[in-house]
Amino acid sequence: MLMLTCPCCGVSAEETEFAPGGAAHLRRAGPGTPDDAFEAYMFQRDNPRGVHFERWRHAYGCGKWFLAARCTRTLRVLGTYSARTTEPPADLAAEPPVDLAADLRAPAAEAPA
Amino acid sequence: MRMSHSALALVRGALTGHTGWPRTWDSPLPRDRYKVIVVGAGGHGLATAYYLGRNHGITDVAVLEKGWLGGGNTGRNTTIIRSNYLQDASSAIYEKSRALYEGLSQELNYNVMFSPRGVMMLAQTEHEVRGYLRTARANYLQGVETRFITPEEVQKRVPIIRLDGPRYPVLGALWQPRAGTARHDAVAWGYARACSAMGMHILENCEVTGVRSDAGRVSGVETTRGAIGCERLAIVVAGHSGRLAQMAGFRLPVESVTLQALVSEPVKPCMDVVVMANTVHGYLSQSDKGEMVIGGGADGFNNFTQRGSWHHIEETVRALVETFPMLSRLKMLRQWGGVVDMTGDRSPILSPTPLGGCYINCGWGTGGFKAIPGSGWAMAEMVANEAPGPLAAPFGLERFREGRFIDESVAAGVAH
Repeated sequence: MLMLTCPCCGVSAEETEFAPGGAAHLRRAGPGTPDDAFEAYMFQRDNPRGVHFERWRHAYGCGKWFLAARCTRTLRVLGTYSARTTEPPADLAAEPPVDLAADLRAPAAEAPA
Repeated sequence: MRMSHSALALVRGALTGHTGWPRTWDSPLPRDRYKVIVVGAGGHGLATAYYLGRNHGITDVAVLEKGWLGGGNTGRNTTIIRSNYLQDASSAIYEKSRALYEGLSQELNYNVMFSPRGVMMLAQTEHEVRGYLRTARANYLQGVETRFITPEEVQKRVPIIRLDGPRYPVLGALWQPRAGTARHDAVAWGYARACSAMGMHILENCEVTGVRSDAGRVSGVETTRGAIGCERLAIVVAGHSGRLAQMAGFRLPVESVTLQALVSEPVKPCMDVVVMANTVHGYLSQSDKGEMVIGGGADGFNNFTQRGSWHHIEETVRALVETFPMLSRLKMLRQWGGVVDMTGDRSPILSPTPLGGCYINCGWGTGGFKAIPGSGWAMAEMVANEAPGPLAAPFGLERFREGRFIDESVAAGVAH
């Protein structure tokens, strides 16, 4: 079960309170875009085995969209941040080493970025 | 000649303490170079290698596997085989596959335990009734034997079902009598044994770490067991396709998510068909061991852990208990997840790639097991002729650019 913290209302909750919205930081293809760029925007995904930047919505809370960095290999949520961010934050781009002891002491201690 | 699994051989094995069985497939050292390298020794990869040898006479083939043979999604599915799809392109390849499954035990001389017990897809909303009536008519035109059956016939075939909701009453079902299940491990082992007998190399614990190319054409791969040269490369790695594509220098319209399944404790025979309930995202069959095998929904977010979200199991079981009240008394024994590769239109990709001589087979999403023989057949044809044949042609990568989708996800008739 993922634990996410909504950066809009500050609530930390389990994933059932949120709705996943796919990859973040996609550059929208506008009118007159060549087919290549539209295909890349609409379908092609990096699908990393590691840190993935993605969109979530606090569906059963404040209803707002926000962005999260999460590792697809370990399911650790590295941080959440505002949907008004255009580039992936550099400090969340790599997963910190796993500290199992700290995880055991405080399982829900994943603070917002 | 490999030892057969005849009745006589079994008796001999029983008398000698089952100590004399040879390896089912050889474990050779890698050669420097092969004509074709298939990455991924799951069902699809092994079937690709097998039909390369059987149909096209190409036996200078290595199948590379980063873990152990059949240890990915081939060992993690619910073993359902059916071909009741709406679109002609899907129907053609899945029906080819189902037909090959019918004769597979004889062909491989290895019992894959194909059991054509019939698959029933429940219609639990008015929308589904209309959808399945349409699918039944499409299947009639495609030459796939299905029909829409009444709730009374559903009850007769599945005595443990409760028809009258309250939330999701059973209004009928799409019935495919020649669909069924097979033994997933045996499919991989049977193909592996046949490939090994043709002189192909199956290299386990051999992870591909890079793809070598020369003037826009593939020239080999780098692996954890050294560099291996090849003339053609077939990438058949399901959830990990994106990484292999990145090594080969292109991107895919694929995202990997976890799909879960679970089995109950074994009980006496109570249901001899496969039942799928797509409105509530659950499907159910009884294994030969007596376990109720339950398949659930996929997570909504990318995941490579082979562990799905707990609440999906809860939702699947909660919904199935309404339709099958007896399930509420069963204890669940095991739960697992597999990394499935989902494409934009929920149909697979069988395609040449921007790298010459490199072909990819992926995107089977939540329904790859049923397609193993047909997918291998079509992939082998494409690799051997360096061009897609009629089965593979509609599934090319270019369809996303052209907007020519094989749209099964909203066309009803699939559990996605």
